[in-house]
Amino acid sequence: MRETDKLLYVDGISVSFDGFRALNSLSLMIDDGEMRAIIGPNGAGKTTMMDVITGKTRPDSGEVVFDGRHDLRALDETDIARLGIGRKFQRPTVFENHTVEDNLLLALKGKRRVFDTLFARRATSETTRLKDLLELIGLGTQRGILAGRLSHGQKQWLEIGMLLAQDPKLLLVDEPVAGMTDAETETTAKLLREINKTRSVIVVEHDMNFVRELGVTVTVLHEGSVLAEGSLDQVSANPRVVEVYLGR
Amino acid sequence: MYGFRRVLAGLGLTIGLLFGAPAGAQTADIGQLVTALATGSFDDKEKAIVAIAASGNPRAAAIIEALGAGTLYVRKIDARIVIATPKAGGLALADAATGAAAGEGSEAELDRVRVNNRLRRAIEAAVGSLTLMSPDPKVRREAAAAVFKSRDATALAALESALAAEKDPSIRATMRDARAAVLLGSDASEAQKLEAVAIIRERGDREALSLLRGSQEANKGAIGNEIAAAIRSIEQNLQLWQAAQNVWYGVSLGSVLLLAAIGLAITFGTMGVINMAHGEMVMIGAYTTFVVQEVVRARAPELAGASLLLALPAAFVVTAAVGVAIERGIIRFLYGRPLDTLLATFGLSLMLQQAVRSIFGPTNREVSAPGWMSGAFELGQLTITYGRAWIVVFAILVFVALNAALKRTSFGLKIRAVTQNRRMAGAMGIRAPWVDAMTFGLGSGIAGIAGVALTQIDNVSPNLGQGYIIDSFLVVVFGGVGNLAGTLVGALSLGILNKFLEPFAGAVLGKIVVLVLIILFIQKRPRGLFAQKGRAVES
Amino acid sequence: MIVARALFADNRRLVLCIAVVLIAGIGLPLLNLLTPPTSALHVPTYVVQLVGKYLCYALLAVAVDLVWGYCGILTLGHGAFFALGGYAMGMYLMRQIGSRGVYGNPLLPDFMVFLNWKQLPWFWQGFDQFWFAAIMVVLVPGLLALGLGWFAFRSRVTGVYLSIITQAMTFALWLAFFRNDMGFGGNNGMTDFKEILGFSIQSGGTRAALCFASALALALGLVVAASVVGSRFGKVLVGVRDAESRVRFLGYRPENYKLFVFVVSAMLAGVAGALYVPQVGIINPGEFHPANSIEAVIWVAIGGRGTLVGPVLGAVLVNFGKTWLTGALPEVWLFALGALFVFVPMFLPNGVVGLWRSRVKRAPARADKTAPLARPAE
Repeated sequence: MRETDKLLYVDGISVSFDGFRALNSLSLMIDDGEMRAIIGPNGAGKTTMMDVITGKTRPDSGEVVFDGRHDLRALDETDIARLGIGRKFQRPTVFENHTVEDNLLLALKGKRRVFDTLFARRATSETTRLKDLLELIGLGTQRGILAGRLSHGQKQWLEIGMLLAQDPKLLLVDEPVAGMTDAETETTAKLLREINKTRSVIVVEHDMNFVRELGVTVTVLHEGSVLAEGSLDQVSANPRVVEVYLGR
Repeated sequence: MYGFRRVLAGLGLTIGLLFGAPAGAQTADIGQLVTALATGSFDDKEKAIVAIAASGNPRAAAIIEALGAGTLYVRKIDARIVIATPKAGGLALADAATGAAAGEGSEAELDRVRVNNRLRRAIEAAVGSLTLMSPDPKVRREAAAAVFKSRDATALAALESALAAEKDPSIRATMRDARAAVLLGSDASEAQKLEAVAIIRERGDREALSLLRGSQEANKGAIGNEIAAAIRSIEQNLQLWQAAQNVWYGVSLGSVLLLAAIGLAITFGTMGVINMAHGEMVMIGAYTTFVVQEVVRARAPELAGASLLLALPAAFVVTAAVGVAIERGIIRFLYGRPLDTLLATFGLSLMLQQAVRSIFGPTNREVSAPGWMSGAFELGQLTITYGRAWIVVFAILVFVALNAALKRTSFGLKIRAVTQNRRMAGAMGIRAPWVDAMTFGLGSGIAGIAGVALTQIDNVSPNLGQGYIIDSFLVVVFGGVGNLAGTLVGALSLGILNKFLEPFAGAVLGKIVVLVLIILFIQKRPRGLFAQKGRAVES
Repeated sequence: MIVARALFADNRRLVLCIAVVLIAGIGLPLLNLLTPPTSALHVPTYVVQLVGKYLCYALLAVAVDLVWGYCGILTLGHGAFFALGGYAMGMYLMRQIGSRGVYGNPLLPDFMVFLNWKQLPWFWQGFDQFWFAAIMVVLVPGLLALGLGWFAFRSRVTGVYLSIITQAMTFALWLAFFRNDMGFGGNNGMTDFKEILGFSIQSGGTRAALCFASALALALGLVVAASVVGSRFGKVLVGVRDAESRVRFLGYRPENYKLFVFVVSAMLAGVAGALYVPQVGIINPGEFHPANSIEAVIWVAIGGRGTLVGPVLGAVLVNFGKTWLTGALPEVWLFALGALFVFVPMFLPNGVVGLWRSRVKRAPARADKTAPLARPAE
């Protein structure tokens, strides 16, 4: 395993499903404290890349190193989550039969073994932290209602809030603004920038306005590998990118 | 005893020499021989028996058999020798030498030709040699096989002469085996015995094995070694055949599993609908077969042999209709809730069972096998019943037809479109709900067809389906969901595995071992043998 | 017990349910014993027996609900744990017969004498002691659940696949226990019990005590279940049911949570089976039949999955219906049961309790899915 000072070091990973190459020698490095936007047409391998980083899919070849010393290929989702990588799904996935507060409570950093949770009682520090989080994601008044009753946008925020509660070093956020109103999109961008103050973030998104709003380095994926990398303006000017993704 | 055999062997030789004498002379002689048989001393009678047997006269068998059965008489009034057969009010008589009718008579008017034990043996040997030369090949074959089993040394001479005359190669082989068997038990020369061992070794079946084992005791030295080697070789050979037999049983069981599971592979495998009433579809198919059979018997008895064929479309239509009704009435309301579907269809299976029980009664119904499905044939050392063989063929046909239907027809294309991307299929103008109903109907219809086949090997009772449902699910899960080829491989491998475990573990334990193995297998490959890999999106 | 107190304050219905269970479990047998048969208050003996049986079924239903209602594992094999608990108790009861069996063998149960066995198999050792049998009642089902669950959950077998595996498990045991050489009485199972802990199994007092013990076990089972589902563990459990991958990506190990609750549930089912056997006086392989396990699931579905009162209510209602219908119209029973299986998931996904909740509170039917749904196969 390579020594590296990058927070996330992805080198030459390939994944194929029944002959279809979802990822083709893809490489990506994320610095501590960086926010990176990833764009690319459908089937470019964005979600598969996230699956590899979070341990859901094992790469056929290549290296994935987190925090300079953890070989993520050997770990499963739970281990990787415990190391400090949080993941938000494309479709908001929260516990719909729990209250907003309980959703966050379950996500709070803490002991997660069976007997820990069986006898756990809520500590005052937890209560304070919950309050802060509820405020940050703007769901303070909805704390007692079931998450299933939240609007689509609120669920997205709750899920981001849950990721924050985990206190991760790196957040993977898959299409956070899909299906959101313009106002909600703006709030989400603000939320992500706020989060980025203390953690690294990878955002996969289709919405160009949203990416522009984030104002960060953009990586363009195409057919399972990196096509271009740079500021949004730079990649927008790249003729290959225009051809496969932006143009027409 | 020993000497006696020798005498008989000598007599046999005489038969051999006499054989082939001109036919005219024989007919002329037969009258005299019969007279000698009826009136001479026991020694004369014995010679007469041998001579008659050797005469080649078509009456020979009848005369000697009558003597053996005690139906050969001398009529008191004219000393005519007759064969009597019982009839109402007395005996019908026929002239022994010519077979011409000779009126009627009663026991009191006749003298029975007496025999003693020595004669009986001569009679048996004579009958044996006569049947060995019977014009009917089936009789000859059976006679030779009987000699092989009895190893009767008295038959040797007859056997050798029959062998010389035999034209049919397979009967020749049987006769050669029989001769070798007799020789091995006799005091023949070492060279002859060695040759005999080689012949029997070549035969290589279970009978040959027991013959060799039986003769091991009496033969020491070089022959004993040769016999031991032959036994080893046959045992190895038989083990191979035993394995082949097990494979066949396994294929047979596998084809039954395939038939039961293939409908499920459609409803569960491609639609993701878990239908616990699938077994009941099979059961309804079986009862449809029963009803068709009864109707045919009552209305068109001349079609009785074809009632199973008539039942196929009937069972398909009936169960497909029931399937469509279930899909429209219940399952479509439960899409996306597989566990609820499981419960609802289980309830349905209870109701269907009870309904059939109420209509047809709780006892087994009889579906008879048509002529072309009964009996068996031999393949090397394998015994294969026609019923099983047809089910294997049928299962393959169903599999091929279904595969073709899914891959080559526009309906199959629609099914695949809807299962892969429902919304997109809808956008292309495919009526997804209609496809759902038809797909479910297809799966159910196939189950019904399986029911037709199962009537031939299982009891037609309301519980018929229950026995197959768990096995069917295991086959589909084992083979890999959404994959017909996986179902085929899954069914066959489970069938064969079951049959190979049975001799060691017994039927029940074997089944349990298979269940445990599948449970362990699912640990390793939760999506089955032929799993479809892919990016499963956050589920 | 702070947890428990907080819990009961929240859940009046559960408290009410436990109270009713205890009152029925003590009151009815007492009325049977203390009032003369002529009295208007007299409860016939068969009612006491029935109530005892229903209470055992209710405990089994609570066990099923714990894994299905709260964790989304649709078990179709809990009847096996119930039967194993029953067999452990049955073995104890068999050994209590001693030399009073038909063959009068002081050591070997009748069926072993009949099979010409010369000595007690090793797995029968110790069952002459009640404490040993009592441990086995929870240990054997617990270990089986541990083994099966460890394999199944670790390799992420979920949904209907898991259901089929559990069904295959009870199916295999069903086949196995029919065999004479298994040493559990084969087809006939075990029966003709004489006494339990020195008390005659036929006597009114023992019956009353068994009925009471069942009520107590059910009440305790409800308390255990309530504290499990009321804890943070229980919240994770519901999370596993509704969004397993989310739980995983939050850093929990869902397989451990499932395994724990599966084992606890199997033990509860074992206790239910153990109390059931002395009250009905027989245990045979029929208890392993897959249909029994599925029937237990429908009790839960009818009562209301994901609630604790629901399974108790469902078990009692369905079994009362069964007792009544099989007596009055035996042909109709299977139709009725089948119809329940079809009707409840379609029209009453939250069971009777769900119905009651929406009626009483005059609230609209909940839009969220209380039903633990696996995702459609994709």
